Formats: sequence, structure tokens, C-alpha cells
Amino acid sequence: MRNSTKLIILSVLAVGLVLAFLFTDLGSNWDYVLPRRTMKILAIIVTGSAIAFSTVVFQTITNNRILTPSIIGLDSLYLLIQTFIIFLFGSTNLTLMNQHVNFGISVVLMILFALLLYHFLFKREGNIYFLLLIGLIFGTFFSSLSEFMQVLIDPNEFQVIQDAMFASFNNVNTDLFYVSVLLMGLATLYFLKFEKYLDVLSLGKDTAINLGVEYDRVVQRLFIIIAVLISVATVLVGPITFLGLLVANVAYEFLKTYRHRVLIFGAMLVSIIALVAGQLIVERIFTFSTTISVIINFIGGVYFIYLLLRESRA
Amino acid sequence: MIKIKNLSKKYNEKTVVNNVSVNIKKGKITSFIGPNGAGKSTLLSAVSRLIKHDIGEIMIDKKEIKSWKSNELSKKVAILKQSNNLNVRLTVRELVSFGRFPYSQGNLSEHDWEKVDEALSFMELHDIEDQYLDELSGGQRQRAFIAMVIAQDTEYILLDEPLNNLDMKHSVQIMKVLRRLVDELGKTVILVIHDINFASFYSDYVVALKNGKIVRQGPTNEIIEQGSLKEIYDMDIPIKQIDKCRVCVYFA
Ligand SMILES: Nc1ncnc2c1ncn2[C@@H]1O[C@H](COP(=O)(O)OP(=O)(O)OP(=O)(O)O)[C@@H](O)[C@H]1O
Ligand SMILES: [Mg+2]
Repeated sequence: MRNSTKLIILSVLAVGLVLAFLFTDLGSNWDYVLPRRTMKILAIIVTGSAIAFSTVVFQTITNNRILTPSIIGLDSLYLLIQTFIIFLFGSTNLTLMNQHVNFGISVVLMILFALLLYHFLFKREGNIYFLLLIGLIFGTFFSSLSEFMQVLIDPNEFQVIQDAMFASFNNVNTDLFYVSVLLMGLATLYFLKFEKYLDVLSLGKDTAINLGVEYDRVVQRLFIIIAVLISVATVLVGPITFLGLLVANVAYEFLKTYRHRVLIFGAMLVSIIALVAGQLIVERIFTFSTTISVIINFIGGVYFIYLLLRESRA
Repeated sequence: MIKIKNLSKKYNEKTVVNNVSVNIKKGKITSFIGPNGAGKSTLLSAVSRLIKHDIGEIMIDKKEIKSWKSNELSKKVAILKQSNNLNVRLTVRELVSFGRFPYSQGNLSEHDWEKVDEALSFMELHDIEDQYLDELSGGQRQRAFIAMVIAQDTEYILLDEPLNNLDMKHSVQIMKVLRRLVDELGKTVILVIHDINFASFYSDYVVALKNGKIVRQGPTNEIIEQGSLKEIYDMDIPIKQIDKCRVCVYFA
């Protein structure tokens, strides 16, 4: 099967699921339901694509297919920020406190963190694995700090934090959605300048340098782009750790190519398919008694174990 | 010409290349020899800007290596490392086509594909060009990597132990190819090689390293002689003249 055929199959599947999500079980008050569903679908498409895209790029620059960008501790930093705000101001204040302010603070802090991490570690050591290791340690540190504060606060307040711990597309703020799309759009536009380097980067650092890639500069820029995309996506809908890993690997398996144009597009489509299908299951089968994070993490977890087992056998 | 002047490189306080100065002549084959850990790969990596050196300078056609633009340099100098592992699955032809990246930035023109075909023929890889690298023998893979470097069409070609994994027939084939690259196409080849008989037979100049320092350098027949070899390898190596070539009998 040719790559274009495979991409068409994925596109048809994605469009089909989106249409099914929008128009089935519409009921009588469709003028209320439809706009809400449209918003959800848009949020799914944008965040799903961003996560798929940044995971593929991240795996290419690290030359590793079982890492996700959240390994540098962005997810845990997000939860820490949310916990800290509630710890300081209480949940009533959180809901009162402008959602926009919370969004702004979280996005800025997360991007800053990623950049500082990069600046201090990668620049000096020139070794991406060192960066990942330190990121992992920071992530654990952030998680422990959050847990510590969560123990201290009122159980009712904890409920609010728990909501933040799981990704959800159910009440995405419209204004913030547009801001996110703008930020992600800018990052993607900037990415186009570096797109041609990805195939070469996947051959490894030395080969890339030999072929004339300004390795340090290109990797740094790509890292910034990834940090922006992941931060914005996480703040918008919450952490979905396994999604990127899941969809990137499904795309590699299915498309069997080294061409990033195909891989990235394919991974985005797989991501949209997974999320819309997941959301359909959550809404229509479990009638909201579970969250999409649980489903994605379950499938992602099983798939991850499968990957590890297969790697260790090879 | 490549001029290396007072070059030093340290890893954690350990000096692995120590004040090395060499001039590498254009249009010749220069072989670097020396015991394991002498610093040959490190030197080659510095000359091909895979690693940054600490002290000294490397002039490539009268311009310091750091002031070359990455892309321009990749049309001038190509390197093949000692070991090459890929995380992606490629066919021989796809790998070789990557050699054209400096010119095509990923969109290969007719001319680029002609160069790819030339490189494949040069290395006699046409019958296996559509096979995946992970399905090939070590030697076939090595030849594919060399073809990629040839497709890069640079004036200087640096090869770190290109005879790794190759049988006698293919070792000879590779050395003949290198000779042709130099004699017919006017390229400059710099290689690290352990088999001193291959160095003796095919190279114009030999540079011997030991403990990060140059112990000997000069035209091949000045280095391939008992006194020099004793100094380089701490071994008494008898040398036999067979027709026009010197053979080192280093087995005992
Ligand atoms: N990345 C590194 N970090 C620390 N030490 C290194 C590194 N690379 C090489 N070395 C050290 O530098 C010295 C020279 O290594 P190099 O690879 O240049 O030797 P070589 O002459 O190519 O040896 P061989 O014939 O075995 O390939 C060795 O002692 C090695 O341990
Ligand atoms: Mg070596």
C-alpha cells in the first residue's frame, strides 16, 4: 500500500468519526447541542494534533521512540502550579480568579521551565540524555511537592485539583481556545523553517552534522517549538501523557516510512481518531462515568508495555 | 589543503589529542595508523567538526573550521564514522540519497539522482539497492555507507576504519575505489586504518599517532620500515619486499 493511500484511509476514518460525533444522537435541541459538540471537536483536533506533532519531533531529536516530551516534567509542573494556586488562594478563588490569568501563568511558567532546563543543561553538556534525566528528576520533585500540598488542603478543594489531573474536552474555555490556537499556529509556522531537517536528524547527530545541519541551533529551536505546543495543549485540556506515545508509534508501525512529512501528518490523524473515538466511548457508552484520560492512559499503558516487551526481545 | 596546527583535545582532564600538527596534501590518500586509543578517531572527528577541539586550529582551504558555514562545509568535507547505527529503517538507495542533502535540502533533482546512481555503481550496489539495511551483512552495509559519502561529492573524504567488517575481496575493492576517487576524480582521502599492509600498499602518506601525539609522518615508504613501526607499535615487525610492495609480517 502506498503512503498516500494509507493517509487517505486515516483521513476518511478521522472525518467519519468527527461526523459521527457531531451528528449522531443529536436529539431535538440540536441548536444547543451542535455548537457545544463543535467546540469539543475543535479542541480535540487542535490539541490532538499538537501533541502528536510534538511527540514525533521530540522522538526524532532524541532518537528514541519510547519517550514523550512530558518526560522533562511539564505535566507535573502543570499539576504543581494548579495545586499551588489552590493551596494559596483556595478553590473558590480559583474559580473566581480569572481563568485567563491562570492560563497565562501556567503557560509562561511551563515554557520558561523548559527553556531554562534546555539552556542550562543542553548548552553546557551538549547531551540530550542528561537533559532528560534532570527533567525526570524535576518531574518527580514537582509531583512530590504537589502531593505534599494536596495532603494539607481541604478534601473539597482536593476534588478541584483532581479534576485538573485528568484531561477533559468537556468544558474548554472558548476565549482561551482561540488564544491557544494562535500560539500553536505561530509555533507551527516557525516550525516550517526547520521541517526539512527532521529526516536527516533521525539519522543521528553525527550524520546530521556531516550533512550540514547546524545541529545545536536546529535542535534548540525544535525544542522551543515542542515546549510551546505541549505547554499550551496541557494547560488547555490537562495532561494526556500517553497519547503522544501511542499515536506516534501507531503512525510509525502503520506508515513504515522515515519521511516526516508523512509521519507527522499520519500521527496527527491517528491522534484525532483516537481522541474522537475515546470521547465517543466516554459520552455514549460510559455516559460520562469515566474520563477520556483513563481510557487513553489504559490503552496507552498496554501499548507501552507491548513496546517494551518487543524492544527487549529484539 | 587541510592544515592542522597545534591541535589539542581533552576529555575530563585527559588529553587524548596532544598538540598535533599535520598538513594533509590535496589529491592524495593519507592514512592514519596507530594503536587503539591513540586518538585517531578523535582527530578525525575534530577535522570534520563532529566534536569541538579545545586548542589549536584546523584550516580547511585557508579558512578556519569554525568560520565555515555548516552547509558549505558539508559540500567540502564528508566523514564516515567508525560505527554507524541507524534508528530508522532505510533501503540502500534511500540511505545513499541522503548524501545529497547538502545540495538538495531534501528535494532531490534529476542531477542529484544521477549522483546517487553514480555512487551506487561506484560501490557496485545496484543489485541490492532496494534492500533494507537491516537485512544486509555488515560488509554490505559498510559499502552502502561509503556510497552515501561518495554521493555527497565532497573534495575531502574522511573515513574512520572503512574496512571494518569487510572480507579480503571487498577490502581490496574499497581501497581500489578510494584510489580511483583520488586518481580519477581528484578527491582527497583521509582514512584511519589498522591493517598496515593496506596502508602500505594504497596510501601516499602515512601519519602515525600514539598516546595522542604524532610519532611519525611522511611518505608511505618512509614510515613503513622496521624502525618506525617499532616506535609506533612497540613490536619488531619484519618487512619483506615483494615486487614493488612492502609487506609487514606482524603475526609473530
Ligand atoms: N566521548 C569520549 N569521552 C571520554 N573519553 C573519550 C571519548 N572519546 C574517546 N575518548 C578517549 O580518547 C582516547 C582516544 O580515543 P579514540 O577513539 O580517538 O582512539 P582511536 O585511536 O580511534 O582508537 P581505535 O583504534 O580503538 O578506534 C581513548 O582513550 C578514549 O578512551
Ligand atoms: Mg577509532
